[in-house]
Amino acid sequence: MAENNNNIGSGNYLGFEDKVAEFDRQADELRRLSSAKGIDYSAEIRRLQQQQVAELKQLYSNLTAWQTVQVARHPQRPLLPDYLGLMVKEFCELHGDRCFGDDRAIVTGFGQIGRERVLIVGQNKGRTTKEKIACNFGCPNPEGYRKAIAKMKFAEKFKIPIVTLIDTPGAYPGVGAEERGQAQAIAFNLMEMSRLTVPIICIVIGEGGSGGALGIGVGDKLAMLEFAYYSVISPEGCAAILWRDGSQAPDAAEALKLTSRDLLRLQLVDEVIPEPLGGAHRSIHDTVYNVEKYIVKTLAALKRIKIDKLLEARYEKLRSIGASPASILRSKTQPAQERIKTAIEAIPRKPTHISAEV
Amino acid sequence: MTKKPKSSWNGFSLKPRKEMPAGLWIRCPGCEQMFYKTAVEQNLNVCPKCSYHFRIDAVTRIKYLADEGSFQQILSDLTTNDPLDFKFRETTYKQRVKADEKKSGATEAILVGKAFIKGRGVVLAVMEPNFLMGSMGAVVGEKFCAAADKAIEEKMPLVAICCSGGARMHEGVVSLGQMAKTSAAVAMLDKAGGLFISVLTDPTTGGVTASFAMLGDCLIAEPKALIGFAGPRTIAETIKVELPEGFQTAEFMLEHGFIDMIVHRKDLRSEIARIIDYCQK
Repeated sequence: MAENNNNIGSGNYLGFEDKVAEFDRQADELRRLSSAKGIDYSAEIRRLQQQQVAELKQLYSNLTAWQTVQVARHPQRPLLPDYLGLMVKEFCELHGDRCFGDDRAIVTGFGQIGRERVLIVGQNKGRTTKEKIACNFGCPNPEGYRKAIAKMKFAEKFKIPIVTLIDTPGAYPGVGAEERGQAQAIAFNLMEMSRLTVPIICIVIGEGGSGGALGIGVGDKLAMLEFAYYSVISPEGCAAILWRDGSQAPDAAEALKLTSRDLLRLQLVDEVIPEPLGGAHRSIHDTVYNVEKYIVKTLAALKRIKIDKLLEARYEKLRSIGASPASILRSKTQPAQERIKTAIEAIPRKPTHISAEV
Repeated sequence: MTKKPKSSWNGFSLKPRKEMPAGLWIRCPGCEQMFYKTAVEQNLNVCPKCSYHFRIDAVTRIKYLADEGSFQQILSDLTTNDPLDFKFRETTYKQRVKADEKKSGATEAILVGKAFIKGRGVVLAVMEPNFLMGSMGAVVGEKFCAAADKAIEEKMPLVAICCSGGARMHEGVVSLGQMAKTSAAVAMLDKAGGLFISVLTDPTTGGVTASFAMLGDCLIAEPKALIGFAGPRTIAETIKVELPEGFQTAEFMLEHGFIDMIVHRKDLRSEIARIIDYCQK
């Protein structure tokens, strides 16, 4: 915990972190006084830090959905380049979709995580304004999705597992994106990723915005960082549709059940990767280490499974989404084909009459 | 009839009357003309003047498309269980579903079943625009997948009539997952060598376009149908630019190479039948 404390005072507090900021302000004041007057305030400072840690623990164990969204969008939250720098050895970036261009919002390349060689596909939002503009604030265009699937097929050919790191507000809604077939690009990725013959691990590291996230988010395992969010629509968008007012987003966030805790409970994600105290941005190293640990562990498990079995399990996993026993007249234990068969068998094989018109 | 007091008389107005006697006349949004409703209905709900294609519900669509009385529905009793317990302010998802059930007479936003089109056996999946804007939730996803499975099992072509506003936000990530689920089902059908004809009607947007709707072996659109990923309003708000005319229409999609053909509603039956014949093994 001690190394976290050094980073707590890095500024950039979220709206609900008033108390945390207040502790830092007081500690700074004491430090200033002690250096000016030569009095030793270290005991007081330590006490303040302890209180701050307690406050953070309390705050972050009871985050509301909207606060989680704010943490996931924190300007200092670790982004794809942080993961590439700290977790991936020998990263070898691959560019271009061979059709139109190279989308900077999606980065693809080979690299080594632990002892495994993998293909990394990740979305980058950019840290500085210049970077943000270059990678379109993390909103991929169709060429990004086409690049991703092209590189995944490359990896498939040489049996290299795939790790995708998801962090996007959504696929870019622009004129050019529509002209180049945003919907078709995402649809094609969904279809192809469901049958790629290599293990695929998907991790939501920040924002998981709708189809834009799903476009690289179909795989054998889906994990989420603790304070990341994953949603079908942005809370602002949802509020705008239902309430004609985007400022009702906090309520919408609550309704959408977009936090890792809710999604784990609904069995929509396989695992939640813990973040350090006070969110990923308070200790980038710890966050990346946790993610790396998860990838290494999961890859080892997935590699033990024969590829046919893996594909079957992947299909079964996709087919079971939203099919809880109460909603749909089938139980989770039966395999998909059987379930459908039983439902279909009640129907006569051929329609009783056929129109004469040809 | 009660007599109105004289003071309320405002004289004649030159503006077109906004309110119509319900159910007798309809105004065509394409050419702004008034038509006798039965005349439009007899014309397959297409404007007789400008051939604007009116939105039609799933039952009418099946009536136009399938051979008379040949449609046999499967999984008609699936209903949603509201996985998120969705509640936003005073409105709940359950209320909305009830209201739309009453309004549209449908129980979900898709009908699937076996049917004959000009004597060719097909599995039909028809979306219902009047039920929560034809949005895709768990039930729509499940029924579509069942249709794909049925098509594999019976070695019949799958014909999907898409008409949807996208993923159903009331079901959150469950409905997002349906995009992956239906796409995986199409992949299975593809692997089994089945034919999948996707017909895009007005409107096909969002999560449905970005999943099974765009994955057909053959993509057919109705004239002037709105087809796209993000809605036009979202795009206009995001990039603050006026959208070009005809943006995201079927013609726009044809021009940019994303669909195979645009087919008038009256020719849809014969066109589908023709494609099926070409693809017979």
